[in-house]
Amino acid sequence: MSAPRTPLGRLGRVVHWAFTLAVLAFLVAPILAIVPLSFSAGSFLHYPLPGLSLQWYREFFGSPFWIDSVVNSLIIGAGATALATTLGTLAAFGLWLARLPGRGVVVAVLIAPMVVPSVVAAVGLLFAYAPVGLANSHAGMILAHTALAAPFVVVTVSATLSGFDRTLLRAAAACGAGPATAFRRVVLPLIAPGVAAGALFAFAISLDEVVVALFLAGPGQRTLPRQMFAGLNDNLSLAIAAAATILIALSILLMASVGWLRGRAARLAARTGQP
Amino acid sequence: MKPLILAAALAAAALAAPAAAARDLTVVSWGGAYQDAQRAVYFQPFMQARGIRLLEETWDGGVGVLRAKIQSGANNWDVVQVESEELLVGCEEGLFERIDWARIGGRAAYREDAAHECGVGAIYYSFILAYDRARITGEGPRSWADFWDVQRFPGKRGLRRGPKTNLEIALMADGVPAAQVYPMLRTEAGVERAFRKLDALRPHLVWWTAGSQPPQLLASGEVALTSAYNGRISAANRNDGRNFAIVWTNNLYTIDSWVIMKGSPNLAQAYAFLAFVGQPQAQAQLPPRIPYGVPAIGADALIPAAVKAELPTTEANIATALHIDDAFWLENIDRLTQRFNAWAAR
Amino acid sequence: MAEGSAAAGLAHRVRRTGGRRRLAAALLVMPLFVFLLVGFVGPIAALLARGVQDTEVPRVLPRVTAALAEWDGRGLPDDAAFAALVEDLRAARAAGTLAQAATRLNYDINGFRTLMFATARRLPVPGEDARAALIAADPAWGERATWAAIRRAAGPVTDFYLLAALDLKRDTDGAIVAAPAEQAIFLDVLARTFGISALVTLLCLAAGYPVAALLASLEPRRAAVLFAFVLLPFWTSLLVRTAAWVVLLQREGVVNAALLGLGLVEAPLQMIFTRFAVVLAMAHILLPFMILPLYAVMRAIPPGLGRAAASLGAPPWLAFLRVTWPLSLPGVAAGSLMVFIQALGYYITPALLGGASDQMISWFIAFYASRTVNWGMAAALSALLLVATAALYAVYARLAGETQARMA
Repeated sequence: MSAPRTPLGRLGRVVHWAFTLAVLAFLVAPILAIVPLSFSAGSFLHYPLPGLSLQWYREFFGSPFWIDSVVNSLIIGAGATALATTLGTLAAFGLWLARLPGRGVVVAVLIAPMVVPSVVAAVGLLFAYAPVGLANSHAGMILAHTALAAPFVVVTVSATLSGFDRTLLRAAAACGAGPATAFRRVVLPLIAPGVAAGALFAFAISLDEVVVALFLAGPGQRTLPRQMFAGLNDNLSLAIAAAATILIALSILLMASVGWLRGRAARLAARTGQP
Repeated sequence: MKPLILAAALAAAALAAPAAAARDLTVVSWGGAYQDAQRAVYFQPFMQARGIRLLEETWDGGVGVLRAKIQSGANNWDVVQVESEELLVGCEEGLFERIDWARIGGRAAYREDAAHECGVGAIYYSFILAYDRARITGEGPRSWADFWDVQRFPGKRGLRRGPKTNLEIALMADGVPAAQVYPMLRTEAGVERAFRKLDALRPHLVWWTAGSQPPQLLASGEVALTSAYNGRISAANRNDGRNFAIVWTNNLYTIDSWVIMKGSPNLAQAYAFLAFVGQPQAQAQLPPRIPYGVPAIGADALIPAAVKAELPTTEANIATALHIDDAFWLENIDRLTQRFNAWAAR
Repeated sequence: MAEGSAAAGLAHRVRRTGGRRRLAAALLVMPLFVFLLVGFVGPIAALLARGVQDTEVPRVLPRVTAALAEWDGRGLPDDAAFAALVEDLRAARAAGTLAQAATRLNYDINGFRTLMFATARRLPVPGEDARAALIAADPAWGERATWAAIRRAAGPVTDFYLLAALDLKRDTDGAIVAAPAEQAIFLDVLARTFGISALVTLLCLAAGYPVAALLASLEPRRAAVLFAFVLLPFWTSLLVRTAAWVVLLQREGVVNAALLGLGLVEAPLQMIFTRFAVVLAMAHILLPFMILPLYAVMRAIPPGLGRAAASLGAPPWLAFLRVTWPLSLPGVAAGSLMVFIQALGYYITPALLGGASDQMISWFIAFYASRTVNWGMAAALSALLLVATAALYAVYARLAGETQARMA
């Protein structure tokens, strides 16, 4: 797009900028609007604030409802992240290593959880997990979230691997390294940022997930989003704004980490002399 | 490094698994101010006195939810507070344990209408018409017929999602006397008339599902008038300094019961809980916090007179009440729920 | 199990085609593949299978099911069928399983549940004429339609739920007819689901296209700053964003308070629990999924092309129409499909922000799965949603070529 030279073109450019900024404001304003409310000294859901207070955070951290849900979210998130990252990284490496027969079917299965609508997945998992005792358990939630998150690990790690120089593997083999050693000593360090980014994605997905939790989790496994859903339905208080603010802070942290890791992955790829 | 992560994950799963096998006693009630009151007078004293961990859950009714819990094999509830027709339907379908009265003080310890083979009474309560005096400052509505008068009382109307109570309210608003409501609903023409009456109000309706919602809808001005549980409205006046009014004319009076879900792995704890909340001294603590009637014999004598005036069981309040007909809803809840859902979703 | 043999078959094929590298690759992919096959794809397939199965009636009422297999469907069934029904009802009532069969039959004929339980309470004593006693208990047993409904539910395979999901049913003679008007809601729900999704997609495209175009025209460093505004909502929990809209759109929420404060309205607007709220919040939540692929495609359009068109005398709108727009079409298609596919399956946002008439197909799936035990209906609706989603995703994958590119 060239710089506009005519007055009309300049006007168009101004309108274009104004529209873009308005849309960007629309994107972030609702999220940012909820943050100051969580520091309100009153209990109204609107501005101006009657004063500043940490009362809603006190309520959040003082209530076993909210605290238990944070602990559950962390347990389930950590378990699902570890499993999804391990399985997903191995699978991505396998897909990269050789072209498998029936690859279309394999890939379809691996990305199925990205495609299946969440309610369908939740109902299906409930019916399958209940008879074997996995409903209403942390283990069941971890397995379910692993399934939902693993495809994102596969995609993220695959993207990193696509920038990886295959000759390095041959070099490692020439030096006498077996495939396992080659993977551990050569491949893994180079794709580590991609793996870490995949792990963060997996954690973010588990942390965000609410529909499967609605169906599969018992009262002992209520996660933070599940608790927020109950709060929005039942008892709309500003403690929800506090919970939301905490989650927004976490999101920013995860987002910044992934951004940083991606930059690192790109630099590492550049150093190995990729085109 | 990989095997390490995998081992850690498996260890986490292994640690998590026993927690699933032995879950804590889970008690399910109706949320909001009501459950807050129950927590203060029942749940926490019970946990302290008996040293049994209790998890709370809330729901908003529907026997289908209980059926789904039992039939999916993933039931995670032990003690549930249910409405009267849910008690009958669920009992008939074998969703609940039969009550062993010897373990909770004997049948004679409760008012007669509170002792059922599958459940023990929890509270007596009424669906009433409520509005906010802060918003309707002049003369307020006095009957369900006024509920339909959107000229005099502009604004949205809140009703509970589902056919139960709404069909009755619609007929009474249409001039049917309370005694004639159920005979009329047993005819196709009566059901048709009730839905037609609801149709007239359709553009003004907001549905609530949880008992905590009507006070919130009133407080935020989301609705001008609403049906509500009497106790929630009084609780909002007391705890949140609201000035809500209750219209007792033709209130819909009924009882809720505690049931134990079939096959509960926490049967002993469940009975311990029911025995605890069945004590008159414990039950007498509830109405001062939220004015619902309680069924334990001897509890009434312990309730202050000022509180009694707000109870649905009081003479003045029960005079024009319509007793919700459980037999009618036992026969018709499925059929009319289906019809109601199709009507509401349109 | 099927999963195990599929895995073994895969391993076998790998060995046959040879190559240690392929074997290693297969072994690496295998854990996740098997896990997802058993732990995810299998359960979904089992769920869908429920949509075409009828198990309750043959399980609970085996004798009458067998007796009706010989019935020609004309006139009433023979005495043996009546006697079999009495036996079945007695056994089912004793076993506490009657409700399951009654509930299934009630889906077909409203009131059947009541009929079954009322009849079971007044069963004839042994030796009494079953036919006369049943018809005396309820005249419905003297109607062909009642018996036809039992036979339709005799399983093992049924099209009942799939037809019901399209507001169709079979009449007494087995012909497919429209469902009665007071039960017919699913075509409305489907139209609503597609309508809301299409509207959200259009809004996202209209809002996202200019943004992506502008971002693509900036130098990367400046674009990165503005990009944070797109990525922040992308990373923020869906529930947080929905909660934000709940708070904003309350009657006494931020937006109404602001409008009243500015004197723009005299009374607060009803925004929450409306279609408007659902569409607005969904567009907000899905907008990043439109901007990101659009940006990726537009970034790759050489800026020189626009200049070339301009130097040939084309006015900016013509250059856009002839050059930029056609080249950006892959991004438009990818972004639109991405948004549309996700919108189809939305549940949480309409559930929290919409009224009863704003709920989409997912809400009904959840309703039938957890608020009633009509799992066949939940499964049939799931099948509809999944087929629509998978078909569109296949189009998306072909268009974007993204999965192949990323996993190559």
